[in-house]
Amino acid sequence: MKKGFGVALLLILVVVGTVGFHVFSPWWWTELASNWGYIDDTIILTFWVTGVVFVAVVGFMAYCVLRFPYQEGRRSEYNPENKKLEWWLIGLTSFGVVLMLTPGLFVWNDFVSVPKGAAEIEVMGQQWQWSYRLPGKDGVLGTTDVRQVNDTNPFGINPKDPKGQDDVLIAGDDLHLPLDKPVKVLLRSLDVLHDFYVPQFRAKMDMVPGAVTYFWFTPTRTGTFDVLCFELCGVGHYAMRSKVVVEKEDKFQAWLKKQQTFAQSLREAENQSGGESKVASALGPENAAGGGSGSRDHGAPTVRVNP
Amino acid sequence: MNFFREITQKPWLTTDGPGGEIRDHGAFALPKATVGVRVFLVVVTVLFSLFAVAYSDRMAVADWRAMPEPWLLWPNTLMLILGSVALHGASLSARRGRMDDLRSRLCLAGAFSIAFLVGQALVWRELFALGYYAADNPANAFFYLLTALHGLHLLGGLGVLAWTVTRIYGGLEPEKFKRSVDLCAVYWHFLLVVWLILFGLLLFT
Amino acid sequence: MADIVPTAVDDIPSAEVAEVDLYHARSWWTKYVFSQDAKVIAVQYSCTAIAIGLVALVLSWLMRLQLGFPESFSFIDASDYYQFITMHGMIMVIYLLTALFLGGFGNYLIPLMVGARDMVFPYVNMLSFWVYLLAVAVLVASFFVPGGPTGAGWTLYPPQAILSGTPGSEYGIILMLVSLALFIIGFTMGGLNYVVTVLQARTRGMTLMRLPLTVWGIFVATILALLAFPALFVGCVMMIFDRVLGSSFFMPAIVEMGQQLSYGGGSPLLFQHLFWFFGHPEVYIVALPAFGIVSDLLSVHARRHIFGYRMMVWAIVIIGALSFVVWAHHMYVSGMNPWFGFFFATTTLIIAVPTALKVYNWALTLWRANIQFTLPMLFALGFIVTFVNGGITGLFLGNVVVDVPLSDTMFVVAHFHMVMGVAPILVIFGAIYHWYPLMTGRMLDEKMGQFHFWVTFVGAYTIFLPLHYLGLLGVPRRYFEMGETSFIPASAQDLNAFVTVVALIVGFAQIVFLFNLFRSLRHGKVAGRNPWKAASLEWQTDDVPPGHGNFGEHLPVVYRWAYDYSVPGAPDDFIPQNVPSNAVAENHAEAPSAADGIEAPRT
Repeated sequence: MKKGFGVALLLILVVVGTVGFHVFSPWWWTELASNWGYIDDTIILTFWVTGVVFVAVVGFMAYCVLRFPYQEGRRSEYNPENKKLEWWLIGLTSFGVVLMLTPGLFVWNDFVSVPKGAAEIEVMGQQWQWSYRLPGKDGVLGTTDVRQVNDTNPFGINPKDPKGQDDVLIAGDDLHLPLDKPVKVLLRSLDVLHDFYVPQFRAKMDMVPGAVTYFWFTPTRTGTFDVLCFELCGVGHYAMRSKVVVEKEDKFQAWLKKQQTFAQSLREAENQSGGESKVASALGPENAAGGGSGSRDHGAPTVRVNP
Repeated sequence: MNFFREITQKPWLTTDGPGGEIRDHGAFALPKATVGVRVFLVVVTVLFSLFAVAYSDRMAVADWRAMPEPWLLWPNTLMLILGSVALHGASLSARRGRMDDLRSRLCLAGAFSIAFLVGQALVWRELFALGYYAADNPANAFFYLLTALHGLHLLGGLGVLAWTVTRIYGGLEPEKFKRSVDLCAVYWHFLLVVWLILFGLLLFT
Repeated sequence: MADIVPTAVDDIPSAEVAEVDLYHARSWWTKYVFSQDAKVIAVQYSCTAIAIGLVALVLSWLMRLQLGFPESFSFIDASDYYQFITMHGMIMVIYLLTALFLGGFGNYLIPLMVGARDMVFPYVNMLSFWVYLLAVAVLVASFFVPGGPTGAGWTLYPPQAILSGTPGSEYGIILMLVSLALFIIGFTMGGLNYVVTVLQARTRGMTLMRLPLTVWGIFVATILALLAFPALFVGCVMMIFDRVLGSSFFMPAIVEMGQQLSYGGGSPLLFQHLFWFFGHPEVYIVALPAFGIVSDLLSVHARRHIFGYRMMVWAIVIIGALSFVVWAHHMYVSGMNPWFGFFFATTTLIIAVPTALKVYNWALTLWRANIQFTLPMLFALGFIVTFVNGGITGLFLGNVVVDVPLSDTMFVVAHFHMVMGVAPILVIFGAIYHWYPLMTGRMLDEKMGQFHFWVTFVGAYTIFLPLHYLGLLGVPRRYFEMGETSFIPASAQDLNAFVTVVALIVGFAQIVFLFNLFRSLRHGKVAGRNPWKAASLEWQTDDVPPGHGNFGEHLPVVYRWAYDYSVPGAPDDFIPQNVPSNAVAENHAEAPSAADGIEAPRT
């Protein structure tokens, strides 16, 4: 009897501790900065449904442990199955599953359906840095090819594509985005898998070399947010950082005007005949891996098209 | 279906008696070795099917350039067919108890199979000489990979065949080698089918 | 056939199948080293698995030290860290859990529980172990080659796995892939044995529905493994080609560190599909044996039949089948066609239903039972708690849109450690405390066992529960150090330090367990026959531990299922599977005539 009490206490403490930790934990998601509030809502719903199951099952076990400890000579109930009970439990579980899955699928439908008029921007990953490309005045991004990548064309933009000439290139600097405008983020990688993630936006997608992937969101809060790589991409994975600045439209436009286009960068590179332009690859694996903290200043531009 | 009926029994009710009829065999009325070989063939089928899926997936990319099929593949295929036929004959003579036929047919099967493997090696040499390397194109890489894997499976089969032959010469009782020879024949037929499918895949793509 | 009227069959001859040519050891070497006895092979498998598992345990301490106290350990740099996580994951999942459940418990328990003398192909079974040992040796060798073992993460995703930005891309990755291929070959040899033994070598009367759930779990898990491992094999072989011969199966055109590489056209996602087509069934390859074993532990130590046996069997089969159509839920944010998300989210959440039913039936087994708080029971209860916890977080990650913010965070790490790390390992502990008396003839020490349980269970739960919340916060997995961010509070680091301290304590508690294992070999209490009063066949052998050939002169004949505990009217609170009903009645005069043909269970 004493022993059963201890085990029951343990089970009850597990329930109380888990629920208590959930309620009082200071670690919770960061404040949302995009339109994906539905994702947070689905998580809350899932917490409720699964929480009830967890408390019920562990609580039931605690009761059994307390109520039916071993007694010499006593017999357990012999009742090999109870179809009715089992079907009820299957039904209830299925109901819970439908309850969680249905809203999830609706939100996923939103997630994969990019709204018309979303501005396209491109995020490019390479070991271990982020670069960004925004369409120029024509509003269209030029075509790219990894085979075109070289010292003067680190993005691999097709030089013959007129649409690419006015593309705005941001290498080794922060990305700026206008507030409340839906953005379709096109994702591209030069070398290995990466994953572009800003925790406040809740949306992420892997970038796969040889393919262009995408996701979309609308920034709903101004501020500066951390960009992290969320797919193990080699030894410098943890140091692959950048920032996104969300700001009002006019400030964004002012920033955009100051950035260099592809055509400008080509001209500058020509003027200097490649002498001083540093290549993306200057950051070798040793640099990033060895020092740890040394290589973490994400602001340091490694591609300097503008000396 | 028997299996379905069996797993819907309420076992707590069927006390006494071995739960229905007394059977001296397991789930299948087959010798254990036969069941073992069949399960193994399922695993190998999954393996080659997954390669076929990967093959068709990779083939869809534009950089795929089909390889020429050396004419030597045709006589090789013939060798493998003859090996299979010889083993089939061997299993027939084992059943009829004709020991002399059995031995010669087993050795014949082994010889044809070795001829196949040598032929495949020659195909590789020819392709190397023509400059088809695995690094150049996925079609080449798949060719080497699939032929190598098929060859290794045949080599494993040859090991078992050799073991069977030595045991027959060592005077194994007929009941046992009958089964061994039968299973070798099944395995050879299986590898022949795998090869024909692979060959077809290589020919038509 | 459900309504068979029990008829007394007095004398069913024992099934002695002539086909079983029992292998007899002729020397010390063939008895203990190159043995073909499944029980010896089981011990060999288990010891190897536990030994390599200890390496993985030490690796986990090192990585926890780095996470808890970053910049304090100059001997751990980023390369080391990524090598630690990779080898820890790979060893734990493949070389420890898979090998121990199937090679260890499978080999020991299947022949004994189905009433067979040995596995059906003892020689192949022996080869299986030696190929496994070779695979482990190749894995260990990768620690000593230039560049060290691979640091690509246990998922080994190309292209990074074979490019120079990842540690161990010179030799480590090649040895890793070769080792996996060897493991698969070795496992296939063993797996054929397990499947065919269950199918063909059951003793007389041992129908499928009279099998203990342990056998069902291991049987279905083995089928899954036989069908799923080929996918990993294909992936490994193709990646070896890419790495060694320079082919482009998985490698697209790449500019690495400013250099154009000669690869082109390959698809990294193809590897991910192959990997997870293996990887998801792998979860159930580990989970199903644990499901089976825990069912038996609960039943024996609660002195009650497992509740809803038939549903438990069907659930195992259904879960096994469904596990082949859920793999891409690991790839929601991989860049695959996003429309797949609808299908895989649905199948994934459907699989929760049979799994949940299993949990309910375990809990219901305790209802009106006669619960003994033995060590196996404690670990079984611990399993249910951690499995429920880890299972429900799986519902978060399976629901595609919830997975988007949570994937690749510490939430995932916490989830899979809870559900396929802690939970199955608690079952392994419970199983060892349960079957050690059978294997050695002696009991494990109770006091040390109690200490082991409380520290391990409470500690492991304390480690992994808070990590979920770090993941929710947005702390990524596989980060050598967090560095500075604007959204992670300093308290998160304190939590990490706390978790590390607890992890070290739990790790050291395992030393007590190991000590107990060795000490009890000589000094443990003598167990005698059937110390737990269990009904299944493995406890009904003539000798304890069972000798060569498992059973005495005749194989046992089975008259009932493995769960006849507390049968109304029976003299004892259990009836072994090989006891006919007239024998039960003889021993107990006042037993009702249909003592064990309980026709109408109350509903």
